[in-house]
Amino acid sequence: MALAVNDLKVWYRTRRGDVKALDGVTFEVADGEIMGIAGESGCGKTTLGKALIRLDTRMKHVGGTVVLDDDELPLADDAAMRRHRYREVSLIPQYAMSAMNPTRKIGRMIRDLLSAHNVRYTEVLPELERRLKLVGLETDVLGRYPIELSGGMKQRVVLVLSTLLNPSLLIGDEVTSALDVSSQKAVARALVEFRDHGFVKSMIVITHDISVLFQVADTILVMYAGHLAEKAPAKTIISAPLHPYTKMLIGALPKVGDRYEEQQLEGIEGRPPSLLEPPAGCRFRDRCPLAHDKCAEAPPFREVSEGHHVACWAVS
Amino acid sequence: MRGYLARKTLVYGLTFVVAVTLNWLIPRLMPGDPVQRMVARAAVQHPETIASMTDYYERTFGLDLPVWQQYLNYWAALFRGDLGTSVWLFPAPVSQVVLDAVPYTLGIMIPAILLSWVVGNSVGAMAARSRWLDNVALPIGYLITAMPYMWLAILLAWGFGVALGWFPVAGGYDFGLVPQWSWSFALDLLQHWVLPFLSLFLVALGGWAIGMRNLIIYELESDYSNYLAALGAPKRLIRKYAFRNAMLPQITGLALQLGTILGGALVTEIVFAYPGLGRLVLSAIQNQDFFLLQGTLLFVVIGVLLANFVIDIVYVLVDPRTRTGLTGATA
Repeated sequence: MALAVNDLKVWYRTRRGDVKALDGVTFEVADGEIMGIAGESGCGKTTLGKALIRLDTRMKHVGGTVVLDDDELPLADDAAMRRHRYREVSLIPQYAMSAMNPTRKIGRMIRDLLSAHNVRYTEVLPELERRLKLVGLETDVLGRYPIELSGGMKQRVVLVLSTLLNPSLLIGDEVTSALDVSSQKAVARALVEFRDHGFVKSMIVITHDISVLFQVADTILVMYAGHLAEKAPAKTIISAPLHPYTKMLIGALPKVGDRYEEQQLEGIEGRPPSLLEPPAGCRFRDRCPLAHDKCAEAPPFREVSEGHHVACWAVS
Repeated sequence: MRGYLARKTLVYGLTFVVAVTLNWLIPRLMPGDPVQRMVARAAVQHPETIASMTDYYERTFGLDLPVWQQYLNYWAALFRGDLGTSVWLFPAPVSQVVLDAVPYTLGIMIPAILLSWVVGNSVGAMAARSRWLDNVALPIGYLITAMPYMWLAILLAWGFGVALGWFPVAGGYDFGLVPQWSWSFALDLLQHWVLPFLSLFLVALGGWAIGMRNLIIYELESDYSNYLAALGAPKRLIRKYAFRNAMLPQITGLALQLGTILGGALVTEIVFAYPGLGRLVLSAIQNQDFFLLQGTLLFVVIGVLLANFVIDIVYVLVDPRTRTGLTGATA
């Protein structure tokens, strides 16, 4: 198994106290698996993605372990973590449009980065050019500055650059959010292709857009307020979700064939709880139609059928 | 690039013409008549003598001609390198007087501007990465950059000149020496140079350091820095990129500074009685010496324009974004 996350807790330090953005999550990602993470903003999905590669200065690793290919990642130790970055864990950031130094030619920047990892640029160059062609870019982009490329082109360069050393795990944070639908499709397809070619062993794709996950992901993990709600194969999440939050989330998506002049598209009433002092028990309780007394106790994230985990007392 | 150069040359050419015109015009709008002043200096009483002297001076300075012709003559003489004759130091030619003063001003300004820029940027970049240095350097930087040039100059002159007696407080060289190529004269020049240099250097230093610190911190927070860090790039590489990008606004700042520091140099030269262009401007104004004032300001204008032109070109070479911005994107 590529990645095993066990009871991971990452909190944000603030002046008013700790924000428990990621409060004990446990899951696994298999070799070759593309796992999507979905959830509304503030659910902890970006925090999870960041925690796996680089904590920012406000984030604090409170507990839990992350094991990648039998190696425990030293999340809290920035210097020790540096050896794992890029070679083992890599990232496609939310901000691919501005991810590259505007005053360096792209090839030059890649050369600088590779030499920092003791990799010779000239040795990797043929593979780099091959992959650029694979995503439909000319090799002369290496001689250009980032501003000379369109948004979609930059996104693809970042994709190639991030996966150049064949990392075990690639984290894609809102990879497609800033793109138009046709570029979205191209990038989604490239992600799957890169996995199929073995450039990346497994992937975590974070997005608020479940329809993108349906195209890309093998499994989907739904998060709510710093906890896991449900994890299942993508098809199951869409067609037969079990957790009431997942059901409502899927129900909030428009469906082809439905006529919305006649019926209202349903949203989910209420807001997620504050993560500064989150309530005990199931965090979805206040918005849940199925809530009952038992929900004051936190439900375990358990496997209800093969590869289908749910954290809900109402699901047996 | 060629189109850009042509356009820049045109803009700078136009600026030059306007500057020279203003330069010619402004002394003529000043109250007072320099010829009357010269005649008065001769202290003659006889009206006929006065009339013929006035006539002679007016012809010598070309003031008897219509204004438009004076203007054209001014341009024609300019291209021959003739800036006229000084009224104050009559009959010394203005070009000679100015050229004598230029090395003193450049000798102070160029090291002060460039060294303060280099040192300030280095200190600022270091402060951005060390909390301890930041806490020390930042308040000092704010303090010295807020000081007026002349006030700092007076403090230095009093402290190091009068109180400690380490450096002389006035002049470009000792009044007892004759300018010559010798070690003792060079050493004397250097001693007189230290305090005026220091006053300009220190004031500019603080501003550069503060600016650089803020710019670097901004760059280190930027997306490309975060991405590099996520890909395991060492701090050294990230800082190198941040420094390089933070330098760009500082280069523009340098160009702007070149224009404004002249005001500082002027006051500094007066405080230290330093024989540069600044003191020449003051003497020219006090003596209503049109030609000297014009000539001095002309050198200043040419200096500032040249410096800005060079910086414009350097900027295009170091920042690819300005290049595409000016020629249209190629992609």
